Amino acid sequence: MGNQNLIERTCKQTPFYDLCIWSLKSNPESRDASVKKLAQIMVDSLKTKATETLDLIDELLQDGLALDPEMQKALTSCAERYNVIIRGDVPEINEALKTGDYKFAAKGANDAAIEANSCEIEFSTKSPLTDMNKVVHDVSVVAASIVKIIQTKFSF
Amino acid sequence: MVDTRPFLPVSSHAGSDPTGPSENRRKPMKLQLSIFFVLLTVGFFAALLTSNNGSDNGFVKENEHGSLASPSSEKQLRPVSRGPAVGVSEKSNRLFAKDNENQLAYPWNNSMLSWQRTAFHFQPEKNWMNDPNGPLFYKGWYHFFYQYNPHAAVWGDIVWGHAVSKDLIHWLHLPLAMVADQWYDKNGVWTGSATILPDGKVVMLYTGSTTENVQVQNLAYPADHSDPLLINWVKYSGNPVLVPPPGILDKDFRDPTTAWLTSEGKWRITIGSKINKTGIALVYDTKDFINYELLDGVLHAVPGTGMWECVDFFPVSKTEENGLDTSVNGPSVKHVVKASLDDDRHDYYSIGTYHEKNGTWIPDEPKIDVGIGLRYDYGIYYAAKTFYDQNKNRRVLWGWIGESDSEAADMQKGWASVQSIPRTILFDKKTGTHLLQWPVEEIESLRLKSYEFNQVKVQAGSVVPLDVGPATQLDIIAEFEIDKEALEKTTGSNVTFSCSSSGGTIERGALGPFGLLVLADDSLSEQTPVYFYIAKGSDGKLKTFFCNDQSRSSVASDVNKRIYGNLVPVLEGEKLSLRVLVDHSIVESFAQGGRTVITSRVYPTKAIYGAAKLFLFNNATEASVSASLRIWQMNSAFIRPYPNNKESQ
Repeated sequence: MGNQNLIERTCKQTPFYDLCIWSLKSNPESRDASVKKLAQIMVDSLKTKATETLDLIDELLQDGLALDPEMQKALTSCAERYNVIIRGDVPEINEALKTGDYKFAAKGANDAAIEANSCEIEFSTKSPLTDMNKVVHDVSVVAASIVKIIQTKFSF
Repeated sequence: MVDTRPFLPVSSHAGSDPTGPSENRRKPMKLQLSIFFVLLTVGFFAALLTSNNGSDNGFVKENEHGSLASPSSEKQLRPVSRGPAVGVSEKSNRLFAKDNENQLAYPWNNSMLSWQRTAFHFQPEKNWMNDPNGPLFYKGWYHFFYQYNPHAAVWGDIVWGHAVSKDLIHWLHLPLAMVADQWYDKNGVWTGSATILPDGKVVMLYTGSTTENVQVQNLAYPADHSDPLLINWVKYSGNPVLVPPPGILDKDFRDPTTAWLTSEGKWRITIGSKINKTGIALVYDTKDFINYELLDGVLHAVPGTGMWECVDFFPVSKTEENGLDTSVNGPSVKHVVKASLDDDRHDYYSIGTYHEKNGTWIPDEPKIDVGIGLRYDYGIYYAAKTFYDQNKNRRVLWGWIGESDSEAADMQKGWASVQSIPRTILFDKKTGTHLLQWPVEEIESLRLKSYEFNQVKVQAGSVVPLDVGPATQLDIIAEFEIDKEALEKTTGSNVTFSCSSSGGTIERGALGPFGLLVLADDSLSEQTPVYFYIAKGSDGKLKTFFCNDQSRSSVASDVNKRIYGNLVPVLEGEKLSLRVLVDHSIVESFAQGGRTVITSRVYPTKAIYGAAKLFLFNNATEASVSASLRIWQMNSAFIRPYPNNKESQ
């Protein structure tokens, strides 16, 4: 009961309440978690979703000859961006949350959203990644919002 | 030759309505108007929930650093679009921004990225840098240390980088000064400051993040005081010397300052922290830098400002044009408290009076107290730190300039962040409320060929190219005079202006904007205006704003497009003066001798190399301006590793 409340209060302060609730509650570690732990769970979710997206991109690229050059180029750019999310942003956020220099957690989370957005606008025709880009973007935004709560509220 | 092309044929209102009335509507006027107002209201709420600054990331709500804020903390809302001007597409509630003809999703090629590297600003050869640490002058060398990630172009694995210079401009890289090799700094060798003792020896206090992620303060000192390069450092065997005191959380205790002497002959330092949402500066006295006593009370506290990082505390002379040693006190001295606010990533300062006996400080003007008043710099500038340069009797300020592009670009180019050109700091005697910052004079040694322009007239609504050859490494000094008649004739109004919530340079006022376009290509498809905007109140009083508009600085979509700036006090009889340092992807601008300063990062895709140009512009509707300028080509500072470095371990 107690922590249900914390999850709900936290998610209310993010722009994507439903996504936030679902991501947190589907992780058993959220049960007795502090807000900082909730942020970490969100970042794990970000890493999972980003990895899934990158896997999909790799699959699509393997179609190779079936792809037109523009689509190929866009997918390659996207792969680059998702690599950055997984190998740059996520570790940065995690180290910042761990050591308490929260502005770098905010920076990493915000950047992940930018990378997902930038990938989406690569596609001049229909993007094969719209749904996944949106999820990654929104999860990043939620993570950034939770970091903001940690920064601006007291005692964590 | 004066180019009298009109600048841009745009409306003079900030935000034309998106559904403007058209003569061809068949519906009766009343119904049309009520539909319009309904749409406007819906659009207003939609805009509240989604986009805010009409930037390319339509569904990404950005605050000042291109970062995201939850709706409740959004400060600047733009309920009406800025109109279909060049480079700004109509965004309402589209989730993903697409296909604006001026957007490029991922244009970055190696040519564009390598252009971004600066020629005369301090930066390591590669990877990530942040806060300046322990700057000092010792045995003929200026030393600079900095937060550094040896492994990647993002923050993490932080250690202390090190470089030396004879003149604060030409830097030579040395080996890392300190790495994370002790339990008390295993998770980060964080920011610290140097104190020079009366016998000339140096001590360094710095924050370590321990294996348990507790923030503690540690003492270090040079292994060999006779080494002018101070290559090797020793950490005190009894570290940490300070741990978070009762009532202070493990992660709210960092960035110790340079120490100053008290009248009892003890050393005193301050360390930023917070209690709930109140930012504070704790005070400690010590005789040996090993044992400390925490003073009751704090140096100062300001509610609502959150965590105070990189606190700095130093005296300035009210009367002399030189800097003061950190221990100086007296009747002709004021003290400055500065804090970097974690919550908004800005550096704030306030001028006031230090009460030595109880270790407290009171601001002269509580309305512009620390964290709620003046900033060192209204652009990208953080974690600043001063030191007293006993070599030239001045106080010098360092500031970290981060990137405002995407980390993908940073990782591709292999580096992130630069330092500002060191600035001297002086009390502004004329206003009494501001500090003046100015690039150290040694930067003038980089000046090469100069160009002079006298009294160039720039009519309302026009752009004048300035032919100075290559325009990516420049030192510009300019003075502007605005048509006096227009100043007097213009009717004032109650409308408040602010750089960041304005429409940038496409928003035309009677008396502004006017200034320079830097890093602009011939067609002005990319341009970075640095400019003044004069607003006249309904009481006839003039207010001058100084801004830097990034909204069209690049056609790339993944860079910060904010408009930075603030009021700049302009006193009776003063001309509008401007100094701009352009150095590839960094622009540092100083108004009124450094009373208001803006640093920005700029990432053009076209206005690079030989295609980057410089223009004067005047987009005011009623006033012409005349400008006189001196512009120098700037040489590189050839920042590189220290030659024949046999000391590297």
